[in-house]
Amino acid sequence: MAGAIQDAVRPATPQPGPGGALPPAERLPRLALIGNPNSGKTSLFNQLTGLNQKVGNFPGVTVDRKTGIAALGGQRRAEVVDLPGTYSLYPKSLDERVIADLLYNPLSPDYPDFVVVTVDASNLRRSLLLFSQLADLGLPAILALNMTDVAAERGIQIDLPALERELGVPVVPMNARKGVGLAALRIVMADRLAARPPAGRFWQPAAELRPLLAAIRTRFDLPNDYLALHYAHQFGQLHFLSEADRHYLTELTQEYGFDSTAQQASETVARYAHINELLLEVVTVTRTERREPASNRIDKVLTHRVFGYLIFLAILFLLFQAIFAWAQYPMDLIDQGISALSAAIQERFSGPLVRLLTEGVIAGLGGVLIFIPQIALLFAFLAVLEETGYMARVTFLMDKLMRPFGLSGKSVVPLISGLACAVPAIMGARTIESWKDRMLTIFVTPLMSCSARIPVYTVLVALVVPDESWLGIFNLRGLVLMGLYLLGLGSALLSALLLKTVLKARERSYFIMEFPVYRWPRWKNVGLTIVEKVKAFIFQAGKVIVAISVLLWVLASYGPGQRQAQAEAQVQQTAQAQRWPAAETERRVASARLENSYAGTFGHVIEPVIRPLGFDWKIGIALLTSFAAREVFVGTMSTIYSVGQDADLGTVQQKLANEKDASGQPFFTPARALSLLVFYVFAMQCMSTLAVTYRETKSWRWPLGQLVYMTGLAYAASLFVWQLFA
Amino acid sequence: MALFRRSAAVAASQPAPARRTANDLRPGEAATVCCLKDPQMALKLLEMGCIPGTQVRLAGRAPLGDPLMLVLGDEEYTLSLRVSEAVTIQLKD
Repeated sequence: MAGAIQDAVRPATPQPGPGGALPPAERLPRLALIGNPNSGKTSLFNQLTGLNQKVGNFPGVTVDRKTGIAALGGQRRAEVVDLPGTYSLYPKSLDERVIADLLYNPLSPDYPDFVVVTVDASNLRRSLLLFSQLADLGLPAILALNMTDVAAERGIQIDLPALERELGVPVVPMNARKGVGLAALRIVMADRLAARPPAGRFWQPAAELRPLLAAIRTRFDLPNDYLALHYAHQFGQLHFLSEADRHYLTELTQEYGFDSTAQQASETVARYAHINELLLEVVTVTRTERREPASNRIDKVLTHRVFGYLIFLAILFLLFQAIFAWAQYPMDLIDQGISALSAAIQERFSGPLVRLLTEGVIAGLGGVLIFIPQIALLFAFLAVLEETGYMARVTFLMDKLMRPFGLSGKSVVPLISGLACAVPAIMGARTIESWKDRMLTIFVTPLMSCSARIPVYTVLVALVVPDESWLGIFNLRGLVLMGLYLLGLGSALLSALLLKTVLKARERSYFIMEFPVYRWPRWKNVGLTIVEKVKAFIFQAGKVIVAISVLLWVLASYGPGQRQAQAEAQVQQTAQAQRWPAAETERRVASARLENSYAGTFGHVIEPVIRPLGFDWKIGIALLTSFAAREVFVGTMSTIYSVGQDADLGTVQQKLANEKDASGQPFFTPARALSLLVFYVFAMQCMSTLAVTYRETKSWRWPLGQLVYMTGLAYAASLFVWQLFA
Repeated sequence: MALFRRSAAVAASQPAPARRTANDLRPGEAATVCCLKDPQMALKLLEMGCIPGTQVRLAGRAPLGDPLMLVLGDEEYTLSLRVSEAVTIQLKD
């Protein structure tokens, strides 16, 4: 490992720059992967880096920054940065702005040594627009000519030597999905580590702009006019410029009467004209037959006015069945494994530390691990829908339906991702260009029932709904679960409608998008998505869950002053007077100790507020702790009920089912469970979501708004349910 | 090239005569893009390859009539866009 790093060190890093985070001798060469959406960029990134990936943030903004280490030829390695997909260097969405921040500042620590441009061979003309802009910026580049199989199918022949000659950079034909051409790309990349920028210019800014560009070049010490032009276009959005710089550029562009829109339009048109000429020499299309592409024939069915929606509904239903029914088998295995582990430890050892380990740490760990099957299954579904190109059709089908609520078809994907977790979903809303649509989507996404609610739903539904089938095929529990999901969806839509009337639009909204061709999913991409999401869950939510589980065990086991001891003594006295059997005495003692613990005190304080909802102080404790993350609810319940009980190795469900109220009846009646379920459908019980909303909106108004609105909604709904049914 | 530049710039300032737009196409019908009416929208359309002079074909509409699917040029490249966006694409007679 160390040897490999040593060998990768090279003196040829072009300009380490004063802003470089590491001295050149210590850093790997860095290359950026850039290309149109659907050009196979993600496949290529996965092929290059495999499991060697890290997800972080670009500095100052919250766009996912995926990096990985790629092994090139020999011992050489390079750091690969995956940039968001874009059609041009003029950003139209927040995602795309990251590219400008990265590529326009040669002093940035992230500034790449060269770029690998993924190009869709079947859409060469459009793909080359972005390439020509990058080349004019003076960035050393390699062209990864992807999807050569699709191009061949369509009878498109590309003269590679001619293309290389015209573009002035190496062109590597490949099929990233199958890994074809990867070896060649690695060799070319290793060769280009000390690359120089392409010599050719594709387009020059108009002569009348020269004085303006010269002034900008002098002020910022820029290597070429085209980079200066981008400063003139985009200075308002470049994070690395100082306030003084922006002020300077504002005045300068006004002085020269710089019309950004007109300049951009004429640049794009001129570039296409140039590319058209260039491609005349390079591309020949032979069409043997004008057969309708398979993709179009599939679309006839999947976007059909009846079958389209039926198929979409069927896929959603399959998704719920998968999460609820199929995931059950691995979950049971994990549950039993954790129980067996706790039992084995408790048989061999005893003492307060062992109790901390089994009842606090291992119980909490079990609470994390048990949800991996569901999360993996859900993201497998979402990744396959995305990979096949079906997600774009969902957007197409749903746009008109979503618009009355102030949302767009583009909101559907974040909302559906919200079924897995609101955190990535809210980040996924970044692809919505319109500010208003985006804010609406972010605000209502946490109302979609996320996977962290599944544990709460699962436990409570299984507790009060019988495991029977309805009409012989539908599982009754599955139906109730689907009802909860629909309640979440309905409230999200209605909330959007409400907010739509309050919020004013800041900019125009675009819907236009490319329809990718249908393809078989690449299982490697699906697998990597699952690994990434499960890792994120374990290491982000998991830490909180285990920590809270341990904290809770402490809070539930110890109390203020002598109150626990006094309460215990009192119970013992009563027990002697009433001649309770030993087991009964033990249970009462445990219950009394818990009621007088720190946690119990906590619960008692808020009990008056939640009593109208049918909740007691034990649920009160769980409500408070699950503010950290909803799934903590189950861990809390299991810790609270396992404290002082012999049968702490059973499942959470059994513990809850055994709970009796004052009159000896089961505590969790259907009405009480329903009230609690409804509370969890609406309540904003997730610190991570609030934090991510803050980061995405750059304002506390939004997360606070979510917190107040959703908690209020939850309280009102629970109140309604309990008062109606109890 | 000069011709392209003029048509894109002029279209922005002229009040549009009653030209047909991409939204007026019948399913399966093809026509040539003449000009793009809305400057902001034009930038997006241009970079996605919808340039004056390109052929567009209406491949179909969503079940509720909106959005619609336009196939661009000879590359069988499909865009999905709303009616409100399609009406900014004016067609040659």
